[in-house]
Amino acid sequence: MSTAVTSGDDALFEFLCRMGDSTLVLGHRVSEWCGHAPVLEEDIALANTALDLIGQTQLWLGLAGEVEGKGRDADKLAFLRDGWDFRSALLTEVPNGDFGRTLMRQFLFDAWHSIYLGRLLKSSDKRVADIAEKASKEVSYHLERSADTVVALGDGTEESHARMADALAYLWPYVGELFAGDAVDAAMVEAGVAPDPASLREEYDALVGRILEEATLALPEGRFAHKGGRDGRMHTEHLGHILTQMQWLQRAYPGCTW
Amino acid sequence: MYAQMIKTAGTGVKSPEEMTEEERKFQAHVDANEKVEPKDWMPDDYRATLIRQIGQHAHSEIVGQLPEGNWITRAPTLERKAILLAKVQDEAGHGLYLYCAAETLGISRDELTEDLLSGKMKYSSIFNYPTLTWADIGAVGWLVDGAAIMNQVPLQRTSFGPYSRAMIRICKEESFHQRQGYDIMMKMAKGSEAQKRMAQDALNRLWFPSLMMFGPSDKESVHSAQSMAWKIKINTNDELRQKFVDQTVPQVEYLGLTVPDETLSWNEERGHYDFAEPDWGEFFDVLKGNGPCNTDRLSARQEAWAEGKWVRDAMMAHARKKSAAQVAAE
Repeated sequence: MSTAVTSGDDALFEFLCRMGDSTLVLGHRVSEWCGHAPVLEEDIALANTALDLIGQTQLWLGLAGEVEGKGRDADKLAFLRDGWDFRSALLTEVPNGDFGRTLMRQFLFDAWHSIYLGRLLKSSDKRVADIAEKASKEVSYHLERSADTVVALGDGTEESHARMADALAYLWPYVGELFAGDAVDAAMVEAGVAPDPASLREEYDALVGRILEEATLALPEGRFAHKGGRDGRMHTEHLGHILTQMQWLQRAYPGCTW
Repeated sequence: MYAQMIKTAGTGVKSPEEMTEEERKFQAHVDANEKVEPKDWMPDDYRATLIRQIGQHAHSEIVGQLPEGNWITRAPTLERKAILLAKVQDEAGHGLYLYCAAETLGISRDELTEDLLSGKMKYSSIFNYPTLTWADIGAVGWLVDGAAIMNQVPLQRTSFGPYSRAMIRICKEESFHQRQGYDIMMKMAKGSEAQKRMAQDALNRLWFPSLMMFGPSDKESVHSAQSMAWKIKINTNDELRQKFVDQTVPQVEYLGLTVPDETLSWNEERGHYDFAEPDWGEFFDVLKGNGPCNTDRLSARQEAWAEGKWVRDAMMAHARKKSAAQVAAE
């Protein structure tokens, strides 16, 4: 639990797991689409997005393992921790639903990710800034694509508009967690490693509001936020199933080289 | 090979006397190893055969995403997951180039897709077999992509320009796929007892289906002779199958695995391996729709297409509104 954070390295480890676990879990979700997308170009784009997210996971969790200094590499962290040690945002864990919900979730995440990575470019920790630099190039493309798709589907037909409105209503309560700071965030702000999540909310709402308006959808008014993913206090029920699948080989055949 | 049992249109190879003036000129052009481009005159049967062949190849790339996609969420390491995602993304990209090549012959991607979903067009029999363990992902890269390369390398020289160029691009990526497959097999075959068992089991199940990828012996087929005269088929099925076996057996030995064929032996006189033919009865069953996964594969594609309709409709509707707004603004 984040409240147990005692030293700077502990907080840094937590922060890195938050980054890497969110990209890992979202990458897993997006990869579930493989071969089932509405059109071939989307199959390619979804695989590409998942690939970028898994690549970023390797970097974040790789650094987390180094910082922790207990001999755990990115694979050990990804495949051998149980749910309560995961720090993925709840938004990344929710099921794909239809294509519209998957892309709305991607957009809501990409918008946060892009703004957050933009701040991490100036991180006092060069290792963090370097990862952010690589990731932000990929994420600016993810955002462009997910925003364009949200606009097209929101504006498209009566049916697509209704589906996108439903997707937004379902996902919106998971957005607030991305901006809720705690002791780990405070330690990162203090060390100049990462920004205060709350400070990004205004920019996020402006960006999301602009795209939703173009998509003929309204920015929801409610600010209620489900929490518990970033600090590991209470994940969704879905995470356990994701890990059951993702970690199965490593758990069933421990100690093998693959 | 991702195109099997392509029925060549027409009545077989014509003698120069039987050909029209246009056909004679066309054949001379092909014989001189010149490329045929989409706007050039071509016999209707050449066009029809190519549409079948390229379409089947494209469909195979698309359906081929499913058995590999089956393991993306269970890949054992982040690196393996990333490699598999990249590979499946490549396959979808190959499908895209091939549909584009087919479109230059006057058929749309949507028409080809409808033909796949209605069962009118086929995809390679190999993708109707299941991927049951992680070693199957290794074996698919090593054997299935290996067999595909065997066929596609010569097709880089095929007479139809867009197909030839697609093959050149695809072959580069396929050889990377094959290497990553063999690398997985190496890790498995040199790994724990359980991993070795998975590796041998994958080879046992996928060996004969891989040999089937080349199609039955075509030495008697007049259709095949016509496709070869048009240079849209470069080698016979038997030549390619032999080449594949000759190349693969030493790789199996290096892995310390056993080919599931008791009759396999080196024939000094021929300078080739002798090997057992696959069960062609099983092959024709799979083509008829009775393979272990035919129903599931096709219904996965049908569902993806049906459930994606609202998305495609919305994208089109949005594009129309946008261009109407642009026209109004001008």
